[in-house]
Amino acid sequence: MKRYSFFSLLREGLRGHTGWPRVWRNPEPKQAYDAVIIGGGGHGLATAYYLAKEHGMRDIAVLEKGWIGGGNAGRNTTVIRSNYLFDESAAIYDHALTLWEGLGRELNFNIMMSHRGVLNIAHDEHEARELIRRVEANRLNGVDAEWLNAEQVKAFCPIIDISRSARYPIVGATLQRRGGINRHDAVVWGYARAADALGVDIIQQCEVTGVSMKAGAVTGVETTRGTIHAPKVASVVAGHSSVVASMAGLRLPIESHPLQALVSEPIKPVLPCVVMSNAVHVYCSQSDKGELVIGAGIDHHLGYTQRGSINIIEEQMAAMVELFPMFSRLRMMRQWGGIVDVCPDASPVISKTPVRGFYVNAGWGTGGWKATPGSGHVFAHTIAHDQPHPIAAPFTLERFASGALVAEHGAAAVAH
Amino acid sequence: MFVIECPWCGRRDQSEFSYGGEAHIARPENSSEMGDDTWSEFVFLRTNPKGVFAERWNHAAGCRRWFNALRNTATDEILAVYRIGEQSPTVTTILPATPCGEAPIGSGNDAAKVMRDGEAGKSAVEDVP
Ligand SMILES: Cc1cc2nc3c(=O)[nH]c(=O)nc-3n(C[C@H](O)[C@H](O)[C@H](O)COP(=O)(O)OP(=O)(O)OC[C@H]3O[C@@H](n4cnc5c(N)ncnc54)[C@H](O)[C@@H]3O)c2cc1C
Ligand SMILES: [Zn+2]
Repeated sequence: MKRYSFFSLLREGLRGHTGWPRVWRNPEPKQAYDAVIIGGGGHGLATAYYLAKEHGMRDIAVLEKGWIGGGNAGRNTTVIRSNYLFDESAAIYDHALTLWEGLGRELNFNIMMSHRGVLNIAHDEHEARELIRRVEANRLNGVDAEWLNAEQVKAFCPIIDISRSARYPIVGATLQRRGGINRHDAVVWGYARAADALGVDIIQQCEVTGVSMKAGAVTGVETTRGTIHAPKVASVVAGHSSVVASMAGLRLPIESHPLQALVSEPIKPVLPCVVMSNAVHVYCSQSDKGELVIGAGIDHHLGYTQRGSINIIEEQMAAMVELFPMFSRLRMMRQWGGIVDVCPDASPVISKTPVRGFYVNAGWGTGGWKATPGSGHVFAHTIAHDQPHPIAAPFTLERFASGALVAEHGAAAVAH
Repeated sequence: MFVIECPWCGRRDQSEFSYGGEAHIARPENSSEMGDDTWSEFVFLRTNPKGVFAERWNHAAGCRRWFNALRNTATDEILAVYRIGEQSPTVTTILPATPCGEAPIGSGNDAAKVMRDGEAGKSAVEDVP
């Protein structure tokens, strides 16, 4: 891997950018690998990278049906935070946030990580009580969290309307200063480049169409580019998790829903932080290009069409204009949808399965981007050792029979 | 947004309806004898197919009655509506050529379709008993 540096930028600048090497290879699939990762989103690529880097496995393929980062990785609003309520969630999301803090340097790729702070707004007394409880729980877990009253919210984010007559009055907000946003493509490309440099084959335009098994153990996959043998197969396909699991004869506690986002025309910097409101289903940040990036709630019906209904974004924009009256005449430039894999307890599945050698990482729903490095890191351990990493242990499939759910609707819900 | 045909009131906008998830999941009658695994199957495990799906809707802002629908989740085409207690009818529809692929129409993901040449025009037909 040719490292990026100030000097390489300078050298290439002087010679017209003619010497940049290919960022990752485009290999033909081999007939067999030690491990196959299905899905080239953020989580799949991170899994492959940590498998290669920390567990010495080099004979790995990532199979992606479209292009890497074309799924939810390329469609999400990149809100990153770790202020979840329960110990199990705090452990995994804060593990991820800690990895995010050094990731650009580790991957030698500018992921444009911006720790600009995330506000979670309370609109009534009850919500305020819940959020203050969450701040205390976060602190007990060593996760940075603060409670701001309405005036402090206004000071941190001056364009927000805190007047008592607002349709959704602001009582206060939690603030996680380490939270923020980053650049989704850069994360995908950074992981792909680093994994490729360690020998991982990244194979695009290769859809897995079947999982081969013998005597209760996985033996490989069928793909649109032929049969590939592997003793370990890991599914990291987000919205398509149930479809791929059914190829291995498994049913998951997951339902897939469309989730939408949209961006405005670019304007001068006005929004210095991330603002989220669970109650009115809107979350918003401003990109470096100046566009407002705005996320909505899910469509209630289950589905695989990557668009979503207009009434959802109508309600979300109405709420947004109430919070920020100055956005009322902004034009929206693009709207899109992704398919999110929702678990009944709003927590992920990082698990072995009844099929030996077949692993599942899924159910991140509307909020898995923030977990990308942590998810890949602990899932790689689970695959390499055939037993869960301690941080992943609470998130196995068994919890749906034992009843040990990690019910994070309060912290995960629709907002991220 | 869908236009959904309520079996009692006729065609209405989706915003008049609320969603009830997968249909035809009967509550087990012998729950006291069931183990945790089978109970978990009833409470949590879902089919979540990409293709023909039987689901429940409630006409919340209309007659307030529940009914079932068959919808193609790969295209959002509503293939049939029928009353609670009735068997789902047999339908035909266009499915993606591969399990996780995109259907030739209405998938909402034209970019992925363009990438997948050879798939255009291909279709599969699924019958639901
Ligand atoms: C609109 C929107 C906004 C969001 N906002 C946030 C946010 O602000 N913060 C946050 O933390 N999270 C957010 N999320 C959630 C987050 O995007 C996901 O939880 C996360 O990206 C999922 O992991 P991934 O990146 O690996 O998924 P994906 O990028 O979807 O990767 C899965 C890949 O698997 C591939 N695949 C599927 N089937 C097959 C097959 N059979 N064979 C081969 N490949 C296959 C797909 O093509 C896809 O590339 C948002 C999601 C959406 C849709
Ligand atoms: Zn009706």
